[in-house]
Amino acid sequence: MPIQYYIILSLALFCIGIVGVLTRRNAIIIFMCIELMLNAVNLLLVAFSKMHYAAAAVANKAATEGTEGQLFVFFIMVVAAAEVSVGLAIIVMMYRNIHSVDVSFLNRLKN
Amino acid sequence: MLNDFLVLMKQELVVTLIIFILLFIKVGSKEWKNEKLLNTVNVLLLLNFAAGCIGNAEGSLFNEMFIGNAITALEKNILNLGTFIISLQSYAWLKNHKHVAEFYMLLLSTLLGMFLMISSGNLLMFYLGLELSSIPLAALANFDLEQRRSSEAAFKYIISSAFSSGLLLFGISLVFGTTGTLVFSELSAALNGSPLQLFAFILLIAGFAFKISAVPFHLWTADVYEGAPASVTSYLSVISKGAVLFVFVSVLYKVFRPLAETWYHLLFVVSAATMIVGNLFAIRQNNLKRFLAFSSIAQVGFVLIGISGSSQTGSAAVVYFILIYVFSNLAAFGVVSLISALTNKETIDDYKALYKTNPLLSWALTIALFSLAGVPPTAGFFGKFFLLIAGTGKGLVLSYVWITIAALNLIVSFYYYLKIVKAIFMDSNTTPIQRLQIPAVSKLALFICLAGIVLTGLFSFVYEYIYSLSPVF
Repeated sequence: MPIQYYIILSLALFCIGIVGVLTRRNAIIIFMCIELMLNAVNLLLVAFSKMHYAAAAVANKAATEGTEGQLFVFFIMVVAAAEVSVGLAIIVMMYRNIHSVDVSFLNRLKN
Repeated sequence: MLNDFLVLMKQELVVTLIIFILLFIKVGSKEWKNEKLLNTVNVLLLLNFAAGCIGNAEGSLFNEMFIGNAITALEKNILNLGTFIISLQSYAWLKNHKHVAEFYMLLLSTLLGMFLMISSGNLLMFYLGLELSSIPLAALANFDLEQRRSSEAAFKYIISSAFSSGLLLFGISLVFGTTGTLVFSELSAALNGSPLQLFAFILLIAGFAFKISAVPFHLWTADVYEGAPASVTSYLSVISKGAVLFVFVSVLYKVFRPLAETWYHLLFVVSAATMIVGNLFAIRQNNLKRFLAFSSIAQVGFVLIGISGSSQTGSAAVVYFILIYVFSNLAAFGVVSLISALTNKETIDDYKALYKTNPLLSWALTIALFSLAGVPPTAGFFGKFFLLIAGTGKGLVLSYVWITIAALNLIVSFYYYLKIVKAIFMDSNTTPIQRLQIPAVSKLALFICLAGIVLTGLFSFVYEYIYSLSPVF
């Protein structure tokens, strides 16, 4: 399958994620949208990794081009999990303090 | 091999060791008193700074994942020094806090992340360092557990940092797609300036701009700085911002040199907007933490001028400016966080007639503000001077327009810095802040900062030393 399809799909996912972060009011849904952005990146990295391998494998079957891309994906998953666990802990604290997870209530810090 | 590893990663290893010591203290059966624990940590951080200063080597480890040389060692030492000063300053606040060991574990984890980020030679390592330096900071921003504004600040910080790392990652994946490599030294040869690469580059810059809070990605800054505890705010504005600026310089100079034409114009727009917006919003702030947030946004605009020079002078000027910025901003934040910890007062109106009751704090804050504004005898003047010199190095017409904008902004910044000095010395106040008992540790931190402000400016060998270490381009 040509690489363009993957790029278009992951761009679409990424844009949905950005729009979600910017428009949704629920803190947990905002985190889900950030996950969506990161998953779009993962998809793109894997697709590029396969593309680079396929280009190199024509000459040499045992080529290792593109492995960094797949490796990167694992690290992104781990970091995203850490980010979300800290984020959820903060949301719990926020819920205790203001009894809501709606971000429109977060307007105390203004003059 | 093992020897290389121990020498090159010495600073990282020492920080890791301190984290483990704190972990053992925390899980150990004996309860430590807060004062004893704080003193131990301060001694450990001083040893950490001292250990960083001796015996540094050059080389790379793990297939160029990690690169150490003289300038990265110096940058890490600056961050170590700043962390030590912040640790001294937070004494008054942490003395009555329940979770002292956790605070330092999180703080030192972020410091470790910054070290790895500064030394990274690969986009993967860079990303991991960046995340390690920003995720624990969100937990730190929430460290006033019962306060609503603290959790609000933490939430805003984690959302904006996750969002910005999403943008950064998308840029990284496109760079990987077009070049097929993640190693810095191979990337610069593989970049050819195709439209897709420019798009990826702009996404990367957006990720950086979030972290250094450059306009148009500065909106989180003021809210987070105001809501977070004052010590965490000073850490965010000095150490975390300084580390990202160091990396920004080395990434732009080393990796994205083929796109220098593009990023010069990009930096012009971002820097001019950052200076103007930072200055104009700083004028109308009444809360001092918010005020310092906008003033630090404006300072980043000046640093970007120095970066645009893309020369040895540019690199040296940025490191020199950040060293001075550590001293002057920490002196200002030291006074603000001390008064906020002891009296809970943070607005400029509360500071009126501060000189009548607390002359030492007033003088410290005044000298720090003079240095931030750039008044000649203080070091801030020399820092800005070298940044502007580096910016004109290219001799383009655009760079002179840029310097003119910077000069006009300097005049505006005098107005708001001096407004606070006027409030402290000249205004009258019926309910001034009472005379404060300053802990000896906080006094020590203030004196270190003030000595730094005066001495780094007067002794020219500081700049010459940094210049001699900076890489030649």
